[in-house]
Amino acid sequence: MGKSGRKVPGLNSSSTADISFILLIFFLVTTSMDTDTGLSRRLPEWDPNAEEQEVKIKERNVMVVNVNKANEIWVKNGVINKQIEVSELKDLAKEFIANPNDNVNLPVKEDYEVPGFRTIVTTVKHVISLQTDRSTNYEVYFKVQNELTKAYNELRDEWCKQVLGKGWDDCTEDEKTYAKGMYPSKISEAEPKQYGSAALAQ
Amino acid sequence: MPELNTSSLPDLIFTVLFFFMMVTTMREVELKVQFTTPSGTEIEKLEKKSLVSHIYIGPPTKEYRAALGPAPRIQLNDKFAEPDHIRDFVVSERESMAEKDKPFMKMSLKIDTNTQMGIVTDVKQALRKAWALNIVYSATKDGKKK
Repeated sequence: MGKSGRKVPGLNSSSTADISFILLIFFLVTTSMDTDTGLSRRLPEWDPNAEEQEVKIKERNVMVVNVNKANEIWVKNGVINKQIEVSELKDLAKEFIANPNDNVNLPVKEDYEVPGFRTIVTTVKHVISLQTDRSTNYEVYFKVQNELTKAYNELRDEWCKQVLGKGWDDCTEDEKTYAKGMYPSKISEAEPKQYGSAALAQ
Repeated sequence: MPELNTSSLPDLIFTVLFFFMMVTTMREVELKVQFTTPSGTEIEKLEKKSLVSHIYIGPPTKEYRAALGPAPRIQLNDKFAEPDHIRDFVVSERESMAEKDKPFMKMSLKIDTNTQMGIVTDVKQALRKAWALNIVYSATKDGKKK
């Protein structure tokens, strides 16, 4: 009878915080927040019939970047044909892609209508053909890809500054699409030792 | 002076805890190959983790090296693989994705810097045949140590 009036003592919950802290720390440690980073590419579609047909591209529109098995980089276009260092590649690529002085041996400039924008004059038909050997080192190949990407990015940035009056980073998505239309990325990766096949990877 | 009321502290901590539980992805695979990805300046971030599948290429780790030798190998999920297996891998990865995400599937190629292009090309050709065309050469940003 006397017991019924007794109060049940509250559960001591002062350690709940500690328990949840331990759980929290466990998840903090196991979490991998770091997102993946890298260079994005789109491979050309596989077409079993495309093996034989060769796409005819005018010589002035092509720049061949060949990384041979000794990891030397050879560049050949309408103007030069020589071995270069990785650091020289970006400027050569920019000159080739933009053809600022209307050189007749560099890519032809044509009217090209950028969807949603206006018609601009650009070297829309240029192709950078990246060739490798089966024993080329991957790191060298990656550096070359990086330099080519840099060439495109700098050209687009310069174009944004010139035409839109602001840098690439401040552009809206639409404006970025226009810049990409002005300098579309055209890196063709031939399969090793199979020169001439123009498989475009954008 | 009245004491600070800490009775809501556990709730607070629980909220933070749940946040981390949601965003956590446990390391999915046990790595059987070693690799150091190259570094570059024009690196982009991959936005959606759920769209990305990984292909690892590099020399086997110590415990497997005795059996397999030091030559670079391909790892898919947690198994060593040959380029022929990539097709099945892509199909099963695609199966596990939501229908609307399927066209945006990305293959992240984590390749060791000392690999030769031959094996990389074989993988790329296999990916083209499997219609997995979006690839990423996984790399770190220059100057950022990892």
